[in-house]
Amino acid sequence: MTRTTSDTTAPGLFVPPTRFAVPGRIAVSNREAARWQTATLTEVRRETPHASTFRFAVPGWAGHLPGQHLMLRLTADDGYTAQRHYSIASPPEDAGHIELTLDHVEGGEVSGWFHTLAKPGDEVEVRGPLSGFFAWPGDRPALLIGAGSGVVPLMSMIRHHRMRSLTVPLRLLVSARGPEELIYAREYGAETTPVFTRRAPEGVPVGRLSASQVAPLLAAEQPPGGWEAYVCGSNTFAEHASRLLVAAGQPVDRIRIERFG
Amino acid sequence: MNVTRGFTGRPRVQNAGLPPGQYDAGDDWPVLSAEVTPDLTPADWSFRIDGLVAAPRTWDWAEAHALPASAYEGDIHCVTSWSKFGVRFGGVSLDAFLEAARPDASATHAVAYSHTGYTTNLPLADLTGGRAWIAWEYEGQPLPAEHGGPARLLVPHLYFWKSAKWIAGLRLLDHDEPGFWEQNGYHARGNPWEEQRYSGD
Ligand SMILES: Cc1cc2nc3c(=O)[nH]c(=O)nc-3n(C[C@H](O)[C@H](O)[C@H](O)COP(=O)(O)OP(=O)(O)OC[C@H]3O[C@@H](n4cnc5c(N)ncnc54)[C@H](O)[C@@H]3O)c2cc1C
Repeated sequence: MTRTTSDTTAPGLFVPPTRFAVPGRIAVSNREAARWQTATLTEVRRETPHASTFRFAVPGWAGHLPGQHLMLRLTADDGYTAQRHYSIASPPEDAGHIELTLDHVEGGEVSGWFHTLAKPGDEVEVRGPLSGFFAWPGDRPALLIGAGSGVVPLMSMIRHHRMRSLTVPLRLLVSARGPEELIYAREYGAETTPVFTRRAPEGVPVGRLSASQVAPLLAAEQPPGGWEAYVCGSNTFAEHASRLLVAAGQPVDRIRIERFG
Repeated sequence: MNVTRGFTGRPRVQNAGLPPGQYDAGDDWPVLSAEVTPDLTPADWSFRIDGLVAAPRTWDWAEAHALPASAYEGDIHCVTSWSKFGVRFGGVSLDAFLEAARPDASATHAVAYSHTGYTTNLPLADLTGGRAWIAWEYEGQPLPAEHGGPARLLVPHLYFWKSAKWIAGLRLLDHDEPGFWEQNGYHARGNPWEEQRYSGD
């Protein structure tokens, strides 16, 4: 067995059998994580029949890395609050602003308010950015796999890559039920392969993400040094995609997973 | 207070069991882990207690199951805002393991390790006195892998990230040492009733 936690571990102490699966990528600011700030809605853009992007001005925003998320809080006039996590869609270059893309969840308390009542000028509260492990500083080749609104943090990475004209390899496999439900459809370029599970344009196969799409990326198309894999979506999708990656040979300690629940 | 225009929220159900900022997830049991779910069978599983103890020890599946069975029936609370009411876990009280390992008087904290290498820190006082378990059953069935099966730590009075999945060991220390999520900004203790979500709360 390889000793992996630390070589300074005293003899006789427990050493986990596998390397830590997800070493943190960056340190997060505990001060920013704890501070609630006011975010003012400035723009709403429809992405698909069930998803819209909400743009906010947050003048004191400390900045984030692509992949991070925040906590958002709504408050009723009797003091009742609802708080939820949302990934940040915008790139760090968009200083003083953040964009979130929300699915309209049937009966959803927070997403329901956004999709039926929110309009520019409204104020909500946010704290963050949160989480250092799903962050991508733009340093290592990244293989991104997302489904539904799971593409949100991955889009921040693509936008960052473009704005900085980075040359580090980047690939995105994005799964949606059909073309009309593909979030950010107009923004994808050669780095992206959409996977349609229910309906697809003429000549494009229909079916869930499969080994035939993942395996070539981990063989012939693998960059020197290998990929850092980022998987995001529902738990069911995350389980499916991460198993495909492991089966195709991606090391478990280079698979980062964000599950939306 | 920063009221959100037009936001009323769901009708308030008076529920004394719901900590502040939490909602009732009902039958849902969301999965939140940053890693690939490991393929860990009972034959591969073991649980170790070491560090500041008189008798460091490792139990395998059969040895752990030979200890007196103990169940938890009650609520669980996740830092991402959902709570689940009246869930039933089966396993063994952590007290049974700790009695065998005999903690030193100097031990004040523990780091819990999972078989994937995930870590989380806890005050020792939160792990003793019938408040923590090694759990391998959920609602009478084997604990599903994505929820930490074959066995997880269960510390239901703290936010659920403290209940390390795929539990592999506890190391007892005479100081507090942040684990994975705590290094990533989460609170050192995680008491849901005091909303100790992030460090600084
Ligand atoms: C790290 C992270 C990042 C995320 N990023 C995104 C993102 O970028 N975009 C995105 O769209 N989502 C994202 N999510 C999911 C998001 O946090 C919310 O879960 C989602 O928006 C639903 O919240 P809601 O308040 O609208 O729905 P909720 O009110 O929480 O409802 C969710 C479901 O439960 C049911 N339900 C819950 N409570 C009750 C109740 N008391 N009575 C009746 N029914 C109930 C609802 O009917 C609905 O089906 C992310 C989650 C995580 C953990």
